Amino acid sequence: MSFAKALRCRECGREYPLDPIFSCEFCFGPLEVAYDLDGIRAAVSRDSIAKGPSTIWRYAPFLPCEPEFKVDLGTGYTPLLKADRLAKAIGLDTLWIKNDTVNPTWSFKDRVVSIAIARAREFGFSAIACASTGNLANSVAAHAAGAEMECFVFIPDDLEQGKVVGSGIYNPTVVKVRGSYDDVNRLCTELSMQYPWAFVNINVRPYYAEGSRTIGFEVAEQLGWRTPDHLVAPMASGSMYTKIWKAFQEFHKAGLIDAPQTRMSGAQAAGCSPITTAFEKGTLNFVPQKPNTIAKSLAIGNPADGYYALKQMQETNGGAEMVTDEEVVEGIKLLAETEGIWAETAGGVTIGCLKKMVASGFIKRGEETVAIISGGGLKTLEAVVDAVEEPLHVDPRIASFEEAHRARKGVLVGAKA
Amino acid sequence: MEKHVRLTFGPESVKKPLVYQLGHEFKVVTSIRMADVDKSIGWVVLGLEGDPDEIERALAWVRAQGVRVDEPTLGDVVEGGA
Repeated sequence: MSFAKALRCRECGREYPLDPIFSCEFCFGPLEVAYDLDGIRAAVSRDSIAKGPSTIWRYAPFLPCEPEFKVDLGTGYTPLLKADRLAKAIGLDTLWIKNDTVNPTWSFKDRVVSIAIARAREFGFSAIACASTGNLANSVAAHAAGAEMECFVFIPDDLEQGKVVGSGIYNPTVVKVRGSYDDVNRLCTELSMQYPWAFVNINVRPYYAEGSRTIGFEVAEQLGWRTPDHLVAPMASGSMYTKIWKAFQEFHKAGLIDAPQTRMSGAQAAGCSPITTAFEKGTLNFVPQKPNTIAKSLAIGNPADGYYALKQMQETNGGAEMVTDEEVVEGIKLLAETEGIWAETAGGVTIGCLKKMVASGFIKRGEETVAIISGGGLKTLEAVVDAVEEPLHVDPRIASFEEAHRARKGVLVGAKA
Repeated sequence: MEKHVRLTFGPESVKKPLVYQLGHEFKVVTSIRMADVDKSIGWVVLGLEGDPDEIERALAWVRAQGVRVDEPTLGDVVEGGA
C-alpha cells in the first residue's frame, strides 16, 4: 500500500488532500507529495524491498499511488554499472553509471509516467495527455496503450518526423500546434483547466514528479544501502535532480540508510543553461532562456524546479556545469567507447560536465561518483551520425582488406610477421 | 475571475513600477503572493482579479514591456527528456 498522506506546498507548507491539483491556493507555490515516513519505517525493511519485483514497484510503499492501478511495462531497477575505463579516462578512482537507457521506451521518463498513469487511473481519468518534443510523449503513449486510455500528445509544429513516429506507433492522438513553443505551453495549460484529462506534467504533476525518486532509491540499494560521495544528474526542469536527493533523505528517515552526505551536482547544455548560469552568478533567481542546443531533451528554458535545484546545490555543497554541443558529442562518444553504453544527447551532457568538474578539481579523484544516464542513443541518432568513423571500403579480397586497414590503422591484430 | 501569473523582470524592467501601473492602467486587482527581486532580475507571483478580457489586455501590455509571463508553478510545460 501507499503511505502518501497529503500534498504539501513547497513554499508555505500548507497541506491539501491527495487530489489532482498542483499549486497552493494561498501562495501559488508548487505542491509535493508528503508521506507517513513512520508508517513506512514500520512496514519496510531492506529485506522486504530486496524480495520485491525487479522494477520500480519494489518501492511501492514509497510511491504516491496504489500498485493495483499500475501499468507495468517493466520500468526501473536498471543496472548500476561500475565504469572503470571511463573513470580512468577522466581521472576518477570510482565511477558508477546508472544506465536508464534500458527502460521500456529507452528513457527515465518511464519512471515518472508509470506513477502519473497509475494515479490518473486511481482518480478515474479516462484520458491522459502531455506536451512534449520526445521522450515524455513516447512514454505517455506507450503507457496509455497498456492502460487502454485515450491519449493526446501535443507537439510543436516544427518537430522532426522521426520524433513523431516514436509516439505515433502506440496510436495516440498526436496534435501538431501551429505557433511557437510558448503557444504550445499556453494551450496545454488552458486545456488542462477545461478538460477532465490527466495532463501528466500539469494537474498530476506532483505525483508524476515523484517517479524520479526511484532512481535515488535504486542507486542507494545497488550501492549496498548507502549513498555515493558525489552524484551528477542532467537538469532540464531540475525535477529529477531534486527528487534523487529527496529519495536519499526519505530512505534515511525510513531507517534504511545512514544520513546522506552526497554532493549533488547538475549538468546542462550551454545552449540551455538557466540553472547553471544562475549557479555561476551565485543567485537563486535564474533568467529564462530561449533554448538552442542539440540536447533537446534538456531544452527547458524556464525550469519549474530551477529555484529548488539551486537551493539544493548550496545545501549539498554540489555544483552545476555546462558543455557546448561539441562537448556533448564528445561525451556521448567517450561513454560509448569506454563503457559500451550509447546515450542520447542528455547523457553526453552529463558525461561532458562530469569530465569538466573532475578536470577543474571540483570533483576530487577520490570521491566515489554516480552519473545518471537518462536516455538511449537511438533517440538522437542525428547528433552523432557525422561523428563516427567511416567504414573501411574494400574489395572482397584479403589483400584489399589488409591494405585498407594498414592505411587507416596500421598493424592488424593477430597478423603473422 | 482570478488568474495567477508569474512575472519575470530582466535588467531593463526590474526597476520600473510595472505592478503599480498594471493596477492603474487596467481594471484589475493585483495581489502579490510571492516575490524576490535583486539588482538585475526579479520575479513576482501575482493574483489578478477582474474581467477575463481585461486581464488578457493587461498581460499583453506587461509582455510588451519586456516582461515574461508564465503560469506560476509550472515553468515550461512542453517537455523533452530529463
